[in-house]
Amino acid sequence: MEPVVEVRGLVNRFGRQVVHDRLDMQVDADEVFGIVGGSGSGKSVLLRTILGLQRPAAGTVRIYGSDITQLSEEQLRPIKARYGVAFQSGALYTGLTVLENVQLPMIEHLKLPPAALEGLALLKIRLVGLPADAAAKYPAQLSGGMVKRAAVARALALDPELLFLDEPTSGLDPVSAAAFDDLVVYLQQHLKLTIVMITHDLDSIFRTCNRVGVIVDRRMISGTLDRIIDDPNPWIQAYFHGERARARLGAAHGA
Amino acid sequence: MRRTAEGLELELTGEWSVRALAPIEAALESIDVASVPRIRIAAQGITHLDLSGAWALRAFVRRARRAGAEVQFHGTPPDQLRLVDETLAAKEPGESAAPASAPAPAEPGERALVAIGRYVVRSGRDLVHGLAFFGRTCVTFVADLARPWRLRPISIVRHVYDTGITAMPIVALIAFLIAVILAYLSAQQLRGLGADIYVVDLVTIGVLRELGVLLTSIIVAGRSGSSFAAELGSMKLNEEVDALTATGADPIELLVVPRVVGLAIALPLLTVIADLIGLAGGALLCRYLLDMPLTQYVNRVNESISATTFWVGIIKAPVFALLIAFAGCYRGMQVRGSARELGHLVTVAVVQAIFLVILADALFAVLFMRMKI
Repeated sequence: MEPVVEVRGLVNRFGRQVVHDRLDMQVDADEVFGIVGGSGSGKSVLLRTILGLQRPAAGTVRIYGSDITQLSEEQLRPIKARYGVAFQSGALYTGLTVLENVQLPMIEHLKLPPAALEGLALLKIRLVGLPADAAAKYPAQLSGGMVKRAAVARALALDPELLFLDEPTSGLDPVSAAAFDDLVVYLQQHLKLTIVMITHDLDSIFRTCNRVGVIVDRRMISGTLDRIIDDPNPWIQAYFHGERARARLGAAHGA
Repeated sequence: MRRTAEGLELELTGEWSVRALAPIEAALESIDVASVPRIRIAAQGITHLDLSGAWALRAFVRRARRAGAEVQFHGTPPDQLRLVDETLAAKEPGESAAPASAPAPAEPGERALVAIGRYVVRSGRDLVHGLAFFGRTCVTFVADLARPWRLRPISIVRHVYDTGITAMPIVALIAFLIAVILAYLSAQQLRGLGADIYVVDLVTIGVLRELGVLLTSIIVAGRSGSSFAAELGSMKLNEEVDALTATGADPIELLVVPRVVGLAIALPLLTVIADLIGLAGGALLCRYLLDMPLTQYVNRVNESISATTFWVGIIKAPVFALLIAFAGCYRGMQVRGSARELGHLVTVAVVQAIFLVILADALFAVLFMRMKI
């Protein structure tokens, strides 16, 4: 089966600072792929490159088989309609209500009657677990967790097959974060989504991810969670076997 | 998508995705479900069904059921349909059974009255808040005068640079052009009367008393009033202002006072430049349009102005500067919530700054007339 996202030999540099040096990454259909890495390791730059917001210095980025680094803005449009993105801080349009935020991608890409626009947007809002009365609210009136859910609702507006989440649980309390993880799993299973998720949250990784890719030394080491945990790389060891991780690991192995 | 209708059997085929939703909706819409006893739907032929497609199908099924038809699926209904059903049927936490009753719509006349009343109340409140903001800034400034190390000289210098030095080219250009226009216009009118020499009076007094300071202020209101409002407004949106307050710093002292003081220094200096360039522009035009030697122009300028002419113009500059800076900062600080509000309040800031400047200029004109200056 063709990989959904395939990054080969990616090089990103800003001036003299090299962020990625021949980085490879592959995401297959129907999996939740977690991107992990230390602060400043280039997780967000990688995501921006995959989304076409940043041109890499070298390498290819294929989404559903087409190399987005070679395509024009016009050619990218149909591909962009196949994936949804929920940014870290939500990036909801502050001047629009949640309902209008969710409708915006549909208005941009499709010609639908107003009743269908409203019905579909409400469906997506309910799907991510927001109450219907959140639809009429402005982003400033929402709590942090609701903003993240609204961002996912907007990302799902065009019924994408691929979903990018940038640190979806950062800034949430553990209970909300766990609820959000459940949402990710629920969406993945019911909508047959492929999800690429940047995260720092160990609990999130254990609960949601099938495979993880760790960015260390400007390259990516990826594999199933069990395989990655036993990787000898010192940063990975520190990350998965540090003080904070041990309790979690113990619980996972004990179960 | 094909339909074979006998007692109504629907065979759904093709791609039921969000991209094809408009024709699907139209096709479903066109099916007449009235007085159809039963509908059988075969969904196995659908190659791709996403949530939006399922939503459209569900809407159709509900419409048919409401019309009294019995809807059956050939085989099991698609999973996606069940998911949509579950999502929309799920009871929400805290969802009340009956929707809150909306207030009864008012009569048109009543509505207009309500709108006027609301506008008046809002304007009054706005005025009070604006005055309070003005007062707070003044108090902070006066308090800081007693401890000058808190006046942020570096910040003030930065604002003098941003609002003054960088505005010099445009202010000079506008002053020059206005002087040329004024000289040209008056030369045309006065030459017929043989009163060429009064062109100099007109340009000199016009530029020094009114136009130099007024046009400079209007340019600065557009440039710096908007930048104050936008800068403070985006800091508010970004919670930077809250962060300052939380660390115990006073945003008024840190953000507003340096801007006000900076502009109050910069605008008079800009006015001096505008006056100079304006007079130079007048000289140039008189030299080439009226063949008036430069010495004669300078003599005439000396004769036409009194001791107060220049000061009458320049004294207005700091007042205008205060009005512009306050309009910009106050509107900037009012931003909360959304990017749209930021744009709206920046517009309000510039419009009000220009309006206040012209209003103040009119008051000055009356005042100076009473004082016989």
